[in-house]
Amino acid sequence: MTLDDLDAIDRLLINRLQDGLPLVARPYAAVADELGIAEGDLLYRIERLREAGVLSRFGPMYHAERLGGGLTLAALAVPEADFERVSEAVNAFPEVAHNYRREHELNMWFVLATETPERINAVIDGIETATGLSVYNMPKEEEFHVRLHLPV
Amino acid sequence: MSVSTCPSESRQRADGRTDVAPVNSLDERDRAIVLATQVGLPLVPDPWGAVGREVGMSGEEVLARMQAMQARGVIRRVAAVPNHYRLGYVANGMTVWDVDDAHIDRLGREVAAIEGVSHCYRRPRHLPHWPYNLFAMLHGRSADEVERQAAVLRERLGEACRDHRILYSSRILKKTGLRLAGAQPGAASKDTERRG
Repeated sequence: MTLDDLDAIDRLLINRLQDGLPLVARPYAAVADELGIAEGDLLYRIERLREAGVLSRFGPMYHAERLGGGLTLAALAVPEADFERVSEAVNAFPEVAHNYRREHELNMWFVLATETPERINAVIDGIETATGLSVYNMPKEEEFHVRLHLPV
Repeated sequence: MSVSTCPSESRQRADGRTDVAPVNSLDERDRAIVLATQVGLPLVPDPWGAVGREVGMSGEEVLARMQAMQARGVIRRVAAVPNHYRLGYVANGMTVWDVDDAHIDRLGREVAAIEGVSHCYRRPRHLPHWPYNLFAMLHGRSADEVERQAAVLRERLGEACRDHRILYSSRILKKTGLRLAGAQPGAASKDTERRG
């Protein structure tokens, strides 16, 4: 499924669902009413968009720190010849939530989320041992803004 | 314990710092709901009832507890997370700036308010290799679009900014809803993950 396969309702739905589902008894019916479609159609569309990977996820977005957890952004400078091995080693840690290749000497950037703030350092030590590389730990010191919204 | 696939959204106080709720604001029943929904919310007309059957609660209790968690900011929202690339946002630039520490709190807030900036944080430098202390994520349909946005940020930062880079993501190596260690695999995923 590409962007061109999305019809007008799909686009409305993607934009609407980024803002959040109302927490009411029949939430999908409520959004379907707003969009003027049937609840079953809406459920089918969300499922299809998820299967096609247009939506990575649909559900509650939890605030890591308020759940009592640890969260940080970290980076590695990975030698090109070793990139696949290191990628597999890093991704094998369940605490790695996402991991992106970026074009810079620091070419691997990942978010760590742990059960407790204290666990962050243990996971970083584990990644350094598994990869043989030094982890650049860059926890947020101040949050100025977070609001991802991608209109389609 | 954490499950956000995006960095978190926090209440800003008047001084721009972030309030964090007490760690002990979740009880065991809340935790059970978090575990059951971290991979997603069931796509059925009564998702609260479906979650309730997983965790041994009524749908009414699940809904009431999720409303309370949202009111406390533990749940930012129940929403769709789009795949940037699949929506045509193929240029995702992490812009990083070396900003004078004396001005970063004011400038960080100003940059964060610029259209197109999705996340904006102050982070530690790692000198000498990494002098950048302000991070702002930009998303565009082309590198040109991201560079036009970055030019706006550059102008706003002015003389306080010594250097900057745009690090484009070129590959998603991993992207998951996080899994709590010790969670029962699949326990919460039947309704939402079965077709992968």
